[in-house]
Amino acid sequence: MTHAPGAQIVEIIKNNQKDLVGDLLATMKKKVIRLDKSAENEIIIQATQLLGFLEIAIPQGQLSDLETRAWDDTRQLLSDFSQTRAKEGFSPIETATFIFSFKEPLFTLLRTSLSNNPQLLAEEIAVTSLLFDELGLLTISSYQKAREQIILRQQQELLELSTPVVQLWQNILALPLIGTLDSARTQVVMENLLQKIVETGALIAIIDITGVPTVDTLVAQHLLKTIAAARLMGADCIISGIRPQIAQTIVHLGVNLEDVITKATLADAFVVALKTTGSSVTNS
Amino acid sequence: MRSDEDVVRLRKVVREELISLGFGLVDQTKMITAASELARNTLKYGKGGEGHVLKLKDTVRIGLELVFTDDGPGIPDISLALTDGYTSGGGLGLGLSGAKRLSDEFMIDTESGVGTTVLIRKWKVS
Ligand SMILES: Nc1ncnc2c1ncn2[C@@H]1O[C@H](COP(=O)(O)OP(=O)(O)OP(=O)(O)O)[C@@H](O)[C@H]1O
Ligand SMILES: [Mg+2]
Repeated sequence: MTHAPGAQIVEIIKNNQKDLVGDLLATMKKKVIRLDKSAENEIIIQATQLLGFLEIAIPQGQLSDLETRAWDDTRQLLSDFSQTRAKEGFSPIETATFIFSFKEPLFTLLRTSLSNNPQLLAEEIAVTSLLFDELGLLTISSYQKAREQIILRQQQELLELSTPVVQLWQNILALPLIGTLDSARTQVVMENLLQKIVETGALIAIIDITGVPTVDTLVAQHLLKTIAAARLMGADCIISGIRPQIAQTIVHLGVNLEDVITKATLADAFVVALKTTGSSVTNS
Repeated sequence: MRSDEDVVRLRKVVREELISLGFGLVDQTKMITAASELARNTLKYGKGGEGHVLKLKDTVRIGLELVFTDDGPGIPDISLALTDGYTSGGGLGLGLSGAKRLSDEFMIDTESGVGTTVLIRKWKVS
């Protein structure tokens, strides 16, 4: 009889796979609220896979180090599993429950099969407990990573969402800027505008900064660069919505907007743009 | 201050303080913009540092003081750095001189290899 750590647990997993998966499903049903039929099936598949991987990995002996090659398949499985859970909106606790729920049934089986060998029983329980704790932590950290990725993606989507370039008229685009312009956002905004100029062949782009609370040199520089780039692509920019306090501040900063067409309001800018592009709107 | 978000956060704090002290819209905007400039310099050239906001009060007036400190490379030539249009980092070269013009008092203390501290104040007769 072998006494490699975990040898007993491998035997138990081998001989009780179906029961273990069944027990797990029962616990999950008790602890996790949302489990429809397809989620149940998924759990059965993943649990069976996990037990299969454990059977192979445990005898290789690297029980305390899940970073080793022996655990590649297991890590991959748990990482996929956590990612799916994170996307589906499960909580980290619900996600880790999948791992921790294996413990009790395994302990029970160990107790029965090793009732005549208390020392080995204690050892195997310790090893198993440690292993499943590590696996649980792995799930949580994968879950965390997946959440971070989701948040990052949402932030980026928000960046783009919050900077719409609108076509006001034939040949006339408007970019109403609202909110704080940090570097990342300014970059995205300006690139969007240039992109849209290329797509539409617009002749005039109105950048409205009514909703921008602070115009510092960085924002000013981004504006100036965008205006220069737009000009190279054949479009003139008009900056509108420079409020009095912003105008005074820009002057004190020493930013030179003399070469830039500025208008008090978006409406004023629109009138200028219509004239320049040869369109007009009349009251009838 | 370590990141862009910290600059945004600092501006918010400064705005709130200025409003609570009863500064008008123009002075608010000037001081917030100056804060933004100095905070960005701390971040970009000083490799991060600290920003402190302090309310001032003497017998006739109240004010706000902002202090930015970093332990970056320091500014080798202050008058050059304060020259409009001088930049070592591809900016407009208007932040430091602009912050000086936008505030009522401006002090700078810098030592090569030790770091830079810039202090500005804005006063309001109460
Ligand atoms: N905290 C600092 N530490 C070291 N060097 C600094 C610091 N602050 C400013 N400088 C130097 O002074 C120069 C001028 O600063 P200033 O803020 O006027 O211009 P800028 O930051 O280069 O451009 P911007 O107009 O966008 O602010 C900088 O290019 C840099 O060389
Ligand atoms: Mg600067």
